[in-house]
Amino acid sequence: MLVNKNKFSFTRLTFYSTYGLWLLLFVIAPLMLLLWQSLVGSDGHLTLQNYQTFFVSGTYLTMAFNSVWYAFIITAVTLLISYPAAYIINSLKYKQFWLLLIILPTWINLLLKTYAFIGILAKTGPINQLAESLGLGTHQLLFSDWSFIIVAAYIEIPFMILPIFNSLTDIDPVLEQASRDLGANRWQTLKNVIWPLSLPGVKSGIQAVFIPSLSLFMVTRLIGGNRVITLGTAIEQHFLVTQNWQFGSTIGVVLIIAMVITMLLTREK
Amino acid sequence: MENKEPIIEFQQVDLSFGSTKVLNKIDLALDAGKFYTLLGPSGSGKSTILKLISGQLQADSGEILFEGQRINHLPAEKRRVNTVFQNYALFPNMNVFDNVAFGPKLKGLSKDEVRLKVETMLSLVKLADFSNREINELSGGQQQRVAIARALANDPEVLLLDEPLSALDYKLRKDMQQELRTIQKRLGITFVFVTHDQEEALAMSDWIFVMNDGVIQQNGTPEDIYDEPINHFVADFIGESNIVKGIMKSDYLVHFVGKDFINVDAGMRPEERVEVVIRPEDLDLTTIENGKLVVTIEDQSFRGDFYEITAQDDDGNQWQVQATNSATIGERVGLTFDPEDIHIMRFNESENDFDARLERYEE
Repeated sequence: MLVNKNKFSFTRLTFYSTYGLWLLLFVIAPLMLLLWQSLVGSDGHLTLQNYQTFFVSGTYLTMAFNSVWYAFIITAVTLLISYPAAYIINSLKYKQFWLLLIILPTWINLLLKTYAFIGILAKTGPINQLAESLGLGTHQLLFSDWSFIIVAAYIEIPFMILPIFNSLTDIDPVLEQASRDLGANRWQTLKNVIWPLSLPGVKSGIQAVFIPSLSLFMVTRLIGGNRVITLGTAIEQHFLVTQNWQFGSTIGVVLIIAMVITMLLTREK
Repeated sequence: MENKEPIIEFQQVDLSFGSTKVLNKIDLALDAGKFYTLLGPSGSGKSTILKLISGQLQADSGEILFEGQRINHLPAEKRRVNTVFQNYALFPNMNVFDNVAFGPKLKGLSKDEVRLKVETMLSLVKLADFSNREINELSGGQQQRVAIARALANDPEVLLLDEPLSALDYKLRKDMQQELRTIQKRLGITFVFVTHDQEEALAMSDWIFVMNDGVIQQNGTPEDIYDEPINHFVADFIGESNIVKGIMKSDYLVHFVGKDFINVDAGMRPEERVEVVIRPEDLDLTTIENGKLVVTIEDQSFRGDFYEITAQDDDGNQWQVQATNSATIGERVGLTFDPEDIHIMRFNESENDFDARLERYEE
């Protein structure tokens, strides 16, 4: 018994130390470095100068607001499409197959998908060709707010559908029958029974979409044509272009705080 | 009963799942205010009938009537029936109050009316103080009661109960049987109860439908069905039975196990091959001289209020006997019974013919 217990705690020790080391090296240390960088001024001394710049300059606050606002819209659009989609897939006979079709695009590189959209939305692309043949003329689709939101939502949809689908599958179908039996029509059943019971999935979906959407920069660049500038874009610019790592880190810390707030707001009770 | 029209009527109802025939030309009529039981083994189609009444399933063909109106395609939420589901199907996101209030709220009752309704229903099932409990804080028996209260809160004309007691332990099940019967009598509405437990069916029902293979084998009062089973399946399924082959020599005279016996059945063809049923509790042990049959005791077990004895006659037939006195294994004893304890079953007799024959020959 004692031997077993020791053996067990040895396994635990190995596991926890490996895991702890990993956590320390790749999660905690980078975060600390980020925080440290954000607190260092251009002269190498500790200062809150970067944060002051961030919060005093209107530009960055607007950017922060833009990030949150676009992330919110992307999340809302994604949810609006994903919930009915997940609901319908869950009621289909071969639901795992349909789900696979939804998940499949996530196996393709994000950059590739984004480039594909440049082709689709371009002035010479299929959408404009169709519009042209219908006599609607050619339109500038790329580099607009809406093209940015649509492409971002397209990319995020699988991450929203999956948790919602899982929570819908977990609902015992007899509850739906019980609701109908007690006098609720389809819509009332959805509203009073299915929706509340699928909320955990909706919350994880929101987390999975809202948080990455805060810091999208590839899509803003390629599809939004830098007309939409979010904090993600700003971080990229500071690290890669202006080489102002301190300020890039500051924005990073602010984003992390925004993410933590989102997690807290959507967490399970 | 002044209102002669049945509250629920099935006419030639058929239903198949793929190539499996689940219900085969079901005819039934339920009168308002009675306690009905659909009794049968699993897969017999009894729950399917319930789902057709509640609107969870649609019939392939045939008519389903509610107070004379065809309801084949009426959606579940528009039917004046409610269901107590097998595993209760309580909404886990709502507490006891909100579960029971679900139906009344949808009906658009005022807050006070809803509250009153919920309180009335919860006290009817003796859960008056449980209003604020969460569902996962309740025991199985309590969840069962909430499910009943929730269904009754909709003021249904018919309450459908789908094996509601099968998950409860023996003692609780007995109590709930009593209580359901009391509630049904008190509210005066129609109950349709589905079970595979024949004891439960006999104890609770005004009227029983015995089902097997998607067909109603027999329907009648518990006494009718127990005393006059129509065929081998019913005799075997309801209670314990000794079933042996016999020949009906003439009216009131049957031959089995090599002897002729006077009995009370009639209306068969002369020399017709039949099955003979004698219930274990109708058999008594006696001396060999006094015995109508002579058997050898094979096994005996004590059951509290009686001894369950297995014996074999000289033709090799097994006989189950419920005796008040014990016997010795290996001993040869006589078995005795009265002419009215012999029940004759014809092969392939339809329920209508069976009823007609009984009516003609019953005194």
